[in-house]
Amino acid sequence: MNRQLIEVGVVLLFASVPLWLGNLYYLHILITTGIFIIAAISLNLLLGYTGQLSLGHVAFFGIGAYTSALVSLGFDLELTDSYTFVFEPKPVWFSFLCGILFAAVCGWLIGKISFKVRGAYFVIVTISFAEVVRLVALNWIDLTEGPMALNNIPPFTLGIPGLWELTFYKKEPNYWLVLALCVLSFVIVRRLVESRAGRAMIALRENEPLATSVGVDVTKYLVLATVVSAGMAGAAGGLYTHYVRIVDPDVFLFIYTVTMVIMVITGGKGTLLGPIIGGLIFGILPEALRGVAGPEVQWIIYGILMILIVYFLPQGIVPALTNWWRQREGHQDPPAPKETAREVVN
Amino acid sequence: MAGKANQDKALTVDGLTVKFGGLTAVDAMTFDVHEGEVLSLIGPNGAGKTTAFNAITGYLKPSGGNIAYREANLVGLNPNQIADLGVVRTFQKTSVFGGQTAFDNVLMGLHRRQKQTALEIIFGLPSVGSEEQTMREKAREVLDFVGLGARANELGSALPYGEQRLLEVAIALAAHPSLLLLDEPVSGMNPSETASFMDMLGEIRKLGITVLLVEHDMKMVMGVSDRVVVLNYGSIIANGSPAEIQKNPDVIRAYLGERHRKTKRGGRGKRRA
Repeated sequence: MNRQLIEVGVVLLFASVPLWLGNLYYLHILITTGIFIIAAISLNLLLGYTGQLSLGHVAFFGIGAYTSALVSLGFDLELTDSYTFVFEPKPVWFSFLCGILFAAVCGWLIGKISFKVRGAYFVIVTISFAEVVRLVALNWIDLTEGPMALNNIPPFTLGIPGLWELTFYKKEPNYWLVLALCVLSFVIVRRLVESRAGRAMIALRENEPLATSVGVDVTKYLVLATVVSAGMAGAAGGLYTHYVRIVDPDVFLFIYTVTMVIMVITGGKGTLLGPIIGGLIFGILPEALRGVAGPEVQWIIYGILMILIVYFLPQGIVPALTNWWRQREGHQDPPAPKETAREVVN
Repeated sequence: MAGKANQDKALTVDGLTVKFGGLTAVDAMTFDVHEGEVLSLIGPNGAGKTTAFNAITGYLKPSGGNIAYREANLVGLNPNQIADLGVVRTFQKTSVFGGQTAFDNVLMGLHRRQKQTALEIIFGLPSVGSEEQTMREKAREVLDFVGLGARANELGSALPYGEQRLLEVAIALAAHPSLLLLDEPVSGMNPSETASFMDMLGEIRKLGITVLLVEHDMKMVMGVSDRVVVLNYGSIIANGSPAEIQKNPDVIRAYLGERHRKTKRGGRGKRRA
């Protein structure tokens, strides 16, 4: 009961931010940070709970972004000289769902492959997948406009057509939408993790032979994790596309995957709050530093902070805080097994 | 009446052969485990006991032969499918979910008894919560059964060795086995721990669980087994009650003798690869 009250309080606090923040640029930073947090939450399901490192996670984000953009804009494809396939523009809510669905289908494919290849090979498969998708987005100019980018993507709308409608041109409704989806992603991951499905994933991560010996189906749960994770990343991509309203092949850049991984690992992989804390820090930090330091100094501070966190809190911020809290409370719980920075990256 | 029921074959291993390259680890092994009995598989190190375990539970593909449990063919199935038939094993090397509490370890073992699908979980249906509650009670029961009730909140890796071995058994029991395969469950335990483990094995039997045991501790093997199968160099050299096995000259020479007649080992040792 207490826990629920705190949760509702925190969500309300975040929901009230646009009312008192008063600076649209700050709100913009919070929106993009929120979108990244959704992506980090989705990555955490895979990296934190099943232990599979997807270094191509941005592919699902980008696929969600492109699919949603294309479905909402409509497109035509010259399939043969005489036949052109014309796709009429669809409403944004529908395109958004298409983006989630298509990203999830791609996740299903990658998940099926991940059954055959694990560890380093899984990492390579996911990196290659992201790179292939980026090249497709860059070179299939008929469909994606390539480096010219897809422009004028319609924003989200809310309401009953013909009666009352709100189009999300302003920052505030976008912020609340992102917040709502953050909460939804968090709830979905928490429900999974605190159920037999999540326990099966953790069991696979901790001791695969033992997990299979009690009947855990490896393929099934790895695929489930990738599908949910990819769909969620696709949702983040869709949010991004209809908020920024322009999408180009740069959404597939490797640096975005790295940012998600940093958020998850510094926050605490395999913890529910980890990606949120890590996401808030590494989403807001670069922007916060922009006002006080030159560009070189910004990145140096960013890098040093990251190294310090990984070095001193190898398990991440959230597990470190929980341990500290338990000790303060006087519990005699044994300390968590020591983990070196190298193990964390593996 | 009970004696007749005991003659029903639960597990049938027929001509099981496992080869690693040129080495034949298990050679045409044939034996049955009857419903409700405790059968021990013994033999010197390298005799092929663990290899046979791995083949039965799907961790490695046999080169030949058949394995059937209650008329279902086990060859070619994945370990988790074999577990779904009620055949659950423990491992020779201590194997628990180290980063989880003892309680969560057992909850993970209960996987097979839970039925919710991913969609039900994501939508948070009320049935999910009530089943979760039942499972938590079950987990507590299983922990109490093996005597780790007081250790529920300790991390698996933080438990002393003997208790980790008990936790392993708890995880396996949680998976609701009808045939339990124990791979050297008391290795590394002290005599009093071993004695209480033997008592627990008796309790497990009372639950109607058939047990296939691999063990080096002869006192335990002779104390708990209905029958003993002796392996040497991948082949079965004897099969009978503990009393018969203890008198069998081949067994004494191959296995029991090693401890008592150390001087005669020289010539035989060379055949081991």
